[in-house]
Amino acid sequence: MQGSTRSPETGGMRSLDPRTKVVAVVLFILAVNLIPAGAWPVYLVLLALLWSAAVVLHVGMLVLLRRSLVAVPFVLAVVVLPFTTPGAAIYELPGLGWQISREGMTLFLTILCRFFLAVQAAVLLAASTPVSELLWGLRKLGVPTTLVAIIGFMYRYLFVIGEEAGQMIRARAARSAQIPHHRRPSVFWQGRVSGLMVGSLFLRALARSERIYVAMLSRGYDGHPRSMLHLRMVAWDWIVVIGSGLLLALILWGRMA
Amino acid sequence: MSCLVEIKNLSFSYQDGRTALQELDLSICEGEKVGIVGSNGAGKSTLLLQLNGVLQGTGDVRIAGDQVCRQNLGRIRSLVGLVFQDPDDQLFSPTVFEDVAFGPLYMGLDESAVSLRVREALESVGMDGMEERVPNRMSLGEKKLVAIATVLAMRPRILALDEPTAALDARARRTILGVLKHLDETLVVATHDLSLVAEVLDRTIVMDRGEVVADGPTAEILRDEAFLAEHGLI
Repeated sequence: MQGSTRSPETGGMRSLDPRTKVVAVVLFILAVNLIPAGAWPVYLVLLALLWSAAVVLHVGMLVLLRRSLVAVPFVLAVVVLPFTTPGAAIYELPGLGWQISREGMTLFLTILCRFFLAVQAAVLLAASTPVSELLWGLRKLGVPTTLVAIIGFMYRYLFVIGEEAGQMIRARAARSAQIPHHRRPSVFWQGRVSGLMVGSLFLRALARSERIYVAMLSRGYDGHPRSMLHLRMVAWDWIVVIGSGLLLALILWGRMA
Repeated sequence: MSCLVEIKNLSFSYQDGRTALQELDLSICEGEKVGIVGSNGAGKSTLLLQLNGVLQGTGDVRIAGDQVCRQNLGRIRSLVGLVFQDPDDQLFSPTVFEDVAFGPLYMGLDESAVSLRVREALESVGMDGMEERVPNRMSLGEKKLVAIATVLAMRPRILALDEPTAALDARARRTILGVLKHLDETLVVATHDLSLVAEVLDRTIVMDRGEVVADGPTAEILRDEAFLAEHGLI
């Protein structure tokens, strides 16, 4: 943050206003989700657009792809679609006899494309914007102050809580001894212990949140965020916002035509 | 020396009924370096939290003549800077700069004054140049120093620190002691670290079960080993 150290007037596209980036990403995600299933060339165009933006914003392709992997577990939710969607069978799993339908496969790949484009857009936003600027931008765009504060604290304390969780897991592992010829405790018992650990972590996080609030009060906090950032929308910002709006309008028009 | 802190007949109980402070009388003068020592649960941290009104008990607490009450909290909190035991509680902003600027911004200072205070505060704890650092990636010692800077930037008249050397290695502890020795503000330090008290603080208050059981020159109090043992300090 440190006052307004950025100079949007001279930075061109590389120092876009955080509001611009947030609006552009939201419009991009909307556009991605409105593209009809199976319109592969359009997905390719959007991917090229996204990667071009990454190059302009100096975000490495490897960073973009690696951070997008965080979304992989969610793909499991749609992995059954090729098997469950009715349609013409294009392949049968040997041995199991499960059939993959053309319609199901198209739907699955479409959702996959939408998913990864949306996640990469969000990753690009996060990787190219200092968190203070992002929070400032969200506040200026009218996102409720409490929600912005929650996002800010989540960013600051995710690692702290993660570290506490790691310590608890290590402490459990250190006492998970086994005596020869004695049975290990049941899976149910182990699950219960894990549940209690989650509960304990929650209570610790709650206690920490109270201490943080007291620390904030001690330094004069009155519920209203203050910032030393003063950013201005410049010509590039408007070009990007209007461009994103046009992209969405074009796709909407394409759907209706 | 004028009395900066005046506490009369202060008692405080937590919501669960646990009595933390009992009919406490205490005064601390401008420029004094005071150590508050006592075993766990003696009431040291609770007493620190009374100094800037985060907790309020029954009785009378005055800072520079102003009563600690809801109407005066803004002024009181600009006079008393509180440094908490766990720096992760104190450093809640994404960057060091924002955290140190937090107090001065809430005091309504203009931005050039805030920037100047941040720079001076970080310099005084030897952490200049760390403005853009993220607290997650700092060592405990560095976090403790930045935590002190967050309140120094508010230029308080009283600096109240809770266990400033807890869990630090020898080098980090030595750095903190060096910083504390050079501070001009009135110091109130709640600690178990008797060698810190001996080295930095002239006056020692011993607390036990919410009461002040001794108050006097540090050298005199630390000499009485039987007394220290009786109150769980050695």
